[in-house]
Amino acid sequence: MSSGLYSMNKRDFDITFDPKRVKPYGDTMNDGKVQLSFTLPIQADEKAKEAARLYAMKMGLEEPSVVHMMDLGVGYSYFVVFGNCVHTIDVTDIKVTKVESTVMGMSEVDEYIRKNIGREVVIVGASTGTDAHTVGIDAVMNMKGYAGHYGLERYDMIDAYNLGSQVPNEEFIRKAVELKADVLLVSQTVTQKNVHIQNLTNLIELLEAEGLRDKFIVACGGPRISHELAKELGYDAGFGAGTYAEDVASFAVQEMVNRGMK
Amino acid sequence: MSKLNLNQDLIRKARESARHIAEDVQKFIDIHTTIAVERTVTRLLGVDGVNDVGTPLPNVVVDNIKANGGLGTGAAYFLANAVLHTGMTAQEIAEKVAAGELDITKLPQKSVKEIHEKANELAALMVERVKNNRAQREDYLNTLGEGKRPYLYVIVATGNIYEDVVQAQSAAKQGADIIAVIRTTGQSLLDYVPYGATTEGFGGTYATQENFRIMRKALDEVGQEVGRYIRLCNYCSGLCMPEIAAMGAMERLDVMLNDALYGILFRDINMQRTLVDQNFSRIINGFAGVIINTGEDNYLTTADAIEEAHTVLASQFINEQFALKAGIPEEQMGLGHAFEMEPGVENGFLLELAQAQMAREIFPKAPLKYMPPTKFMTGNIFKGHIQDALFNMVSIWTNQGLQLLGMMTEAIHTPLMSERALSIENARYIFNNMRNIGDEMEFKQGGMIQSRAAEVLENAARLLQNIEEEGLFATLEQGKFGGVKRSRTGGKGLDGVTEKDARYFNPFIEMMLSGQ
Repeated sequence: MSSGLYSMNKRDFDITFDPKRVKPYGDTMNDGKVQLSFTLPIQADEKAKEAARLYAMKMGLEEPSVVHMMDLGVGYSYFVVFGNCVHTIDVTDIKVTKVESTVMGMSEVDEYIRKNIGREVVIVGASTGTDAHTVGIDAVMNMKGYAGHYGLERYDMIDAYNLGSQVPNEEFIRKAVELKADVLLVSQTVTQKNVHIQNLTNLIELLEAEGLRDKFIVACGGPRISHELAKELGYDAGFGAGTYAEDVASFAVQEMVNRGMK
Repeated sequence: MSKLNLNQDLIRKARESARHIAEDVQKFIDIHTTIAVERTVTRLLGVDGVNDVGTPLPNVVVDNIKANGGLGTGAAYFLANAVLHTGMTAQEIAEKVAAGELDITKLPQKSVKEIHEKANELAALMVERVKNNRAQREDYLNTLGEGKRPYLYVIVATGNIYEDVVQAQSAAKQGADIIAVIRTTGQSLLDYVPYGATTEGFGGTYATQENFRIMRKALDEVGQEVGRYIRLCNYCSGLCMPEIAAMGAMERLDVMLNDALYGILFRDINMQRTLVDQNFSRIINGFAGVIINTGEDNYLTTADAIEEAHTVLASQFINEQFALKAGIPEEQMGLGHAFEMEPGVENGFLLELAQAQMAREIFPKAPLKYMPPTKFMTGNIFKGHIQDALFNMVSIWTNQGLQLLGMMTEAIHTPLMSERALSIENARYIFNNMRNIGDEMEFKQGGMIQSRAAEVLENAARLLQNIEEEGLFATLEQGKFGGVKRSRTGGKGLDGVTEKDARYFNPFIEMMLSGQ
């Protein structure tokens, strides 16, 4: 199915980089190379392969090449496809919402709290709702931390409470009030049918209903969470994959100072 | 023969400590029962279905008994007496109770002898059914055959049992040997088992007897097609451990997650409740020929896989002893462990290999359940696929029993059909290509692998000695497993635990333990 080691196709496209018309890069500027895989609910045969190729064209891929087809049984087929995408993106006109804080290390965060807040900051975290996965909240909160980034429990100036998993939002709020929390961290790891969105929204609604929203810095995190999504849902910040305890701590303590919370 | 040159005296000593720990707890178990145990007895005596507001009849019956202070006497006593008194079946009696027409604790009582005879007679019917299921499994295994070990174990989790069937049949055709239907999130905290076929769940599908039946049938069909018996797995954990075991025994499930401590640590279920529940659930699983899976792998999702490896081994020893107490033979003990070290660790593969081989040698007959990397899986699916490949290599090298296949999209979403297929392809390639590597390779005397195994064993033996001195309850209170602390009276489900009174009677314990 491959067309050989060397591409002999004539390149009839402009190979200068244009930030207003950026395309995916394979091995030549603007070649638009994209790899993708998907399953079609049809029998694996020559017709299916052609269906996959045509489907890729509909997705905006020129010269799509179905390099692999696999029979998944029960009348389903899996394809690996390469192609050259026709679409371009203007990167000069993109705005993203980022967490606006300087990331500090653990000792810097402790120092910052001593100087600017003058007492231990109370952070309460949990994996809430039906989510039974604690890997995210553990990575941020547990003493050990994750991948060499120490968790909040290890910070001298942070009093961290990890409530574990499947904590109902009502219980979470009750506990936060009881512990006099400054910061609430909500982790959502495994999601199906967007149940995490409902659950995250529900927490904010409950906080608002009880007039508590302004008393806390509220942040959420998880593999499917972005800062933008978090802001949309009424959170102060969102932390996605590749963020660690220090990202969360740095944001929280600076936000406390900005808001004049002492 | 030990490739690791493990200290056999230390293994004996650790096992002895674990035996004492289990015996100590067994004394507690033997004098207690729970609402879940009694609902299970009710089910096994033939009660099923729900009342007009959807409450399962076993709950209705046991609530009736509990409300009248009879829980310590047990459901078998009252149900058998009611059958004798009314001449109705257990099911008809349950329906009367649900309709508010009968209070089985208020009926005139027959003699203890008559009640026991009647209960035994009713119980024998169910015991026969379970025995037949076991025989049918044997028959399938003899005629259809099965996949080579390690069995390829995959999960389906669509929330809809009918969609699960499609995924499961597809996976079987791709080469899977065991299909586990993940339960809907939160089911472990329900103090009842939902009823009927279900099509809505989050992160999984409800475990119901009807769903078990639907999937069993589908796997038997696809098993005929592919010429391999396909095992069905579900989750015997949470507040309904023994009920799920009973339903699994009735519908010929083959594998059950069934850990003695998991619910306590990871679901905050009261420890007294879980310890009593696990015992009866395991008696049923043992009798039904079900391979149980223990959940030590979970420790490593919260604790560090290198620093806390000995807690996994210590827990395996304890789970082994609890299983023996419940009549589960070693051949049905899928003791759990996991490939969960941080991938950046230099020689991490050697450490994983050492631990997997160690488990193999310490529990030689157990079909060990080996769990894939999850904690250090990222959105980089290509690297993830390689992490899974290394995991598969350790497994074939050390002759694991049940291989829960890793998914490249772990931490992203529940697996898509194609991802499961790629995982199966990965495992089959490696298992075939490296089939006998374990027979050919030995480990260097005193090298990294032998030293690592020796170190983990020493630490585990020390921890077990420590637990033996302090008792299991106190150990759990101190947070020695998975770094999770639980109090003896905290957690969910304690109000469903009670002491047995002098009249207490559960006909299934004796019948099933004696293998009749």
